[in-house]
Amino acid sequence: MMTTVLASVVPVAAVNWHSVLFLLFAAVACACAVAVVLADNVVRMAFYLVLSLASTAGLFFLAGAEFVGAMQLMIYVGGTLVLLVFGVMLTAQAPFVAIKTSPSDRVLAGMVGAALLAVLLQAAFRVEPWRRPATAAVAAPAATPIGMALLGVRADEPAAGVPAAAVRSGYLLPFEIVSIHLLVVLVGAAYLARAKRRRTPRAIDVAASSVGPVVTARQAARSSASALVPGGGR
Amino acid sequence: MADFLINTVGLPEWLAWTITAFVAAALILNVIAGGALVFIWAERKIAARIQDRLGPTRTGGRFGWLQSLADGIKLLAKEDLMPEGADGMLFRLAPYISFCASFCAFIALPFAFDFVGQRLNVGVFFVVAVLGLEVFGVILAGYASASKWSLFGAMREAAQVVSYEVPLGMCVVVPVMLAGSMDLVTIAEKQAGWMTNWYLFHDPFTFVIFWVYVTCAVASVNRAPFDLAEAESELVAGFHTEYSGLRWSFFFMAEYGSMFLVSALAAVLFMGGWNGPIPVATLVGLSEGTGDTANYFVRLIGCGNLLLKATLGVLLMMWVRWTLPRLRIDQVMTTCLKYCTPIAAAMFAGAMLWQLAFPGGVVRGLSRPAGEIREGWLEGPGGLSPGRREPVPHVGAVGAMESQEVVQVVP
Repeated sequence: MMTTVLASVVPVAAVNWHSVLFLLFAAVACACAVAVVLADNVVRMAFYLVLSLASTAGLFFLAGAEFVGAMQLMIYVGGTLVLLVFGVMLTAQAPFVAIKTSPSDRVLAGMVGAALLAVLLQAAFRVEPWRRPATAAVAAPAATPIGMALLGVRADEPAAGVPAAAVRSGYLLPFEIVSIHLLVVLVGAAYLARAKRRRTPRAIDVAASSVGPVVTARQAARSSASALVPGGGR
Repeated sequence: MADFLINTVGLPEWLAWTITAFVAAALILNVIAGGALVFIWAERKIAARIQDRLGPTRTGGRFGWLQSLADGIKLLAKEDLMPEGADGMLFRLAPYISFCASFCAFIALPFAFDFVGQRLNVGVFFVVAVLGLEVFGVILAGYASASKWSLFGAMREAAQVVSYEVPLGMCVVVPVMLAGSMDLVTIAEKQAGWMTNWYLFHDPFTFVIFWVYVTCAVASVNRAPFDLAEAESELVAGFHTEYSGLRWSFFFMAEYGSMFLVSALAAVLFMGGWNGPIPVATLVGLSEGTGDTANYFVRLIGCGNLLLKATLGVLLMMWVRWTLPRLRIDQVMTTCLKYCTPIAAAMFAGAMLWQLAFPGGVVRGLSRPAGEIREGWLEGPGGLSPGRREPVPHVGAVGAMESQEVVQVVP
């Protein structure tokens, strides 16, 4: 998709400020994406991925889609990748974890990647007008329509030819479905991560019963507390 | 400024935009770097006074005010060390990542009505998102140092920052909801007028949530009592144990930059941004549209207002740091998950209901919607009466609230 956009943007103007920045961000994104594949250290991969995703966010900002760009930064860079590195640091046995990719994995990954690229390229070439957006639309991008649409109210006009009733409901239903889904995931995660109930007797009880008469924790606490108070003992 | 360069000076468009961008970037960079110099000196003096010492006294004459500059020169001259087992590239890059994140967040921060690097429609969201990236530099530094102290510090930092983003986000949502916009400029504009228009005094819920925001902000920039990532009594120096010289000082610039940023964000979200407590400029007849020079003057005053508020916020953080003991990691998590998040959620719901029941004011009937007040506060009958003014939260109350919160979480 990148390459298509590049090829079509460059001839638009001799030196176009937007396209220069676009090329810069796109080049960083692509180079870092390649570096993710080529690196063999997990944390370095994460680092390159951060750069790649941040450049993609830069592309969004350049296109005037500020909400999507900030979302990209917050969710992918700030959330997912921090958790990824956190997980690596928690589970690492050696100081620097290296990943060796077997040749068969490389072939498989290459096939999947090529298939995705083919789909994207085809979709990119289908779009007729690869033009820069009108500057008026870029000047005043608003997040309000998105928020209103998520609440079920469409503030924007439906496209020509689409029946008004089809878009009037906004995105309330998908939004709710996703919310419920996330809630279920959260509950499930809390269930899996909860403290397991102890089935075996505690070591201290075993020791106490083997040595002498069973002293419950409460009795032990009471006796030790009374020992601290003068005259409170026996 | 770009328009001025294009129309008056006659520069080509691309050059004008580039110059404008560089000027804005240089100004922001100076706010961070100059601010760090001043704040480090202030921190040392405040810490000294709180601990009944004098602090730096000699360098630069009376109050040792050149101390941070001298320290800066010393840091420049220090040897740049790197541990043998470290991951060289990440180790070298990590301080710059932290600093860049701190710097980028300043781009969307308005200093006065028009004094903003890039006015973003989703300004609040952008600032919070980019602030979250700063932790990445810290994590990389801790990981790449190949030192156990650094790794422990970085892990604590990651756990802490990721958790505190949740209540912080909830606190930030409340002013967004009241203003109906995520644009920082719009949010501050809606609080223009007397300081009863500030969202801090909008209703009891916003007042409480402001203090939750303060707690979360302190935690999200890793200041004491939440500075587990660099707990020097346990971890030598935490994530920056292995750093020296200029790279080390970049971490500190990032830290002080972030402190200033969250304070400025608090000022914009809750304390009227660049609008002073008393609308002096409007009282003497200077307002938007009086003329370019007057406008500029008003904005300059507004910029001073915001910087003053943010500096007060930073000083408050220093005071807290040198007063309260450090929390344990479980206490940090308890504060976040058991106290801050539920309180923030409840206050969010409360503020929402309040907005439904009494739209736009502290007491129904006495006050009108903020916009109306802004238009007609001069001739309005109830608009200027001193009885409507809320008391200023004087500093004693602040310390009491903070310590109370901390006492609660100690099991």
